[in-house]
Amino acid sequence: MEETFHHALKFKTDLCIGCSHCTGVCPTGAIHVEGGHPVLEPNRCIDCGHCYQACPVNAIYIEQDDFQTIYNYACPVILLPSTFSAQFPEKISQRAILSAIYHLGFKYIYEVEKSVDVLHEVICERIKDRDVEHPVISTFCPAVVRLIQVKFPSLIPNLLLVRPPMDITSLYIRKNLTDRGVPPEDIGIFYVAPCAAKIAAIKSPVGETKAQTDGVINMNYLYNKVFRVIKQGEYQLRDDEFDFHPISRRSLLWTMTGGEINDLPQGRNLAIDDIDNVSEFLEKVENGDVEGVDYLELRACDESCAGGILCGSNRFLVAERQKKRAAQKSVKVSPKENRLLTYKEYLKDNISVGKVEPRSMDKLDEDIGVAMRKMKKSFELNSNLPQVDCRICGYQSCKALSDAVVNGQADIRQCIFVQRIMELTDKMSTAESIRLQRNIWGDQKLDKDSLKGMAINEL
Amino acid sequence: MNFEYKVEGGDFSNAGSTSSAVKRIMKQIGVDPSIVKRTVVALYEAEVNIVAHAYRGVISVDLDEDKIRIVLDDEGPGIPDIAQAMVKGYSTASPEVREMGFGAGMGLPNMQSNMDELKVDSVVGKGTRVEMVNYFSHPEQTQA
Repeated sequence: MEETFHHALKFKTDLCIGCSHCTGVCPTGAIHVEGGHPVLEPNRCIDCGHCYQACPVNAIYIEQDDFQTIYNYACPVILLPSTFSAQFPEKISQRAILSAIYHLGFKYIYEVEKSVDVLHEVICERIKDRDVEHPVISTFCPAVVRLIQVKFPSLIPNLLLVRPPMDITSLYIRKNLTDRGVPPEDIGIFYVAPCAAKIAAIKSPVGETKAQTDGVINMNYLYNKVFRVIKQGEYQLRDDEFDFHPISRRSLLWTMTGGEINDLPQGRNLAIDDIDNVSEFLEKVENGDVEGVDYLELRACDESCAGGILCGSNRFLVAERQKKRAAQKSVKVSPKENRLLTYKEYLKDNISVGKVEPRSMDKLDEDIGVAMRKMKKSFELNSNLPQVDCRICGYQSCKALSDAVVNGQADIRQCIFVQRIMELTDKMSTAESIRLQRNIWGDQKLDKDSLKGMAINEL
Repeated sequence: MNFEYKVEGGDFSNAGSTSSAVKRIMKQIGVDPSIVKRTVVALYEAEVNIVAHAYRGVISVDLDEDKIRIVLDDEGPGIPDIAQAMVKGYSTASPEVREMGFGAGMGLPNMQSNMDELKVDSVVGKGTRVEMVNYFSHPEQTQA
């Protein structure tokens, strides 16, 4: 069995009402409904979190490590995305937010994007290197990397095989603290994740190179914790920002749309956000229809990381606050102040990651001859389906049902239109039709009384 | 398996739709990604040629377990000297067109470097027939 991706998104079947909204929005068709609940195809899921946002009853959750594990380390370090403080209303100061985080027990606070200045240099070098496949595609967004693995495997050679900022900054922290005499086993680095894809990428990293962090905290979880501390005023405002050195303007803007390409020297560089926009564009790149482009910054979320599914605040407001912070006079334009740069050579030596493997989800069979016969059959089936894509069969589309049938995973009679036609021509009894529906949607949805109880408490 | 697609001359906004459809099919039967890419790049070039130069055309795709064979038949002005058209850099485009970045004379050579076999037949005033084949068995073959 081929090893599957690790996924951070999990379904709570006890809360799930079997509405199939998740099935409908999935950009890779990874979810279908069976027995009244969603079933995830692990090799297709790219952890983008569209399903999480679409779920009307919060039945999808994102795993995280137990917060208490930070106390297992004598020197717990928090790795904070710079957008974290932009989650808060403007009247809450950066100083208050940081003080509250120290209050929770962290010894050091670092912003993830501290290493962006090094990463930027590497990107410039790779773009210049004409032996590298162009356009060079950013690997910053792990959902996009997975999208390319499953849907656009021929673009894998274009991926920029370097570590993400969270890893580079972690490498720096570990080395720097060790150099300052902190025993390595005392250091616990906890990354605050703005989305599911980042969490999944820590558990099975891009290029299979070991992640550098010791734990993950969901951003909205920390947001709630910090907000509570501030509201209750139970913390000490601190003056020292000991290891919290300001990061450069470029670093602050990095996770916003356009952040990677703002500062690139010349040439043609594009920034695209939202997974559907990214898919549409990659389709063109794959056709060889996009010429002369040097670098592609691709992000799965609308408004990039400001739109991360674990960001509690509105993405447009977060982006606005972040840009405001970056525009402040106190923010250094030049990255020279960045103490991390004294470790530049060490970090650059450790920045590359291993090969990214294709995980094509489209192929119908390992054997090309069998795949061809299956595809032919699927074409025939699909041409007899209504193309309504109503999902009543449990699948995302008529085509998805056809593919599932030829793979022996579904029955063409799951289609409600096929059922009605069969009933009309006496080829299926109503009882049989109901039985098929129960297999897909569970017993509840076909029971007059239990259906009422499933109504969502809003109009 | 055989698929047929119609192409309208002059319809630039839809150019590439056949390439995308063929790409989806090749992915579904599990052709090596590098061969999918080479084939689609060549097909896209050929498809756009019909859109740019011909009145209309038909693209016929034959899929076997070991190869893909694509035949593009168009009704159009035809190519007077095919041997010359196959030469890198040869172009009939006017300087104005070249200035815009088109007509670099890389169309046919580019198709040739991405396909294992390429055959071009043309009758001036009638049309052009491009026949191209890629085999699935040797993904290690590098691009020229």
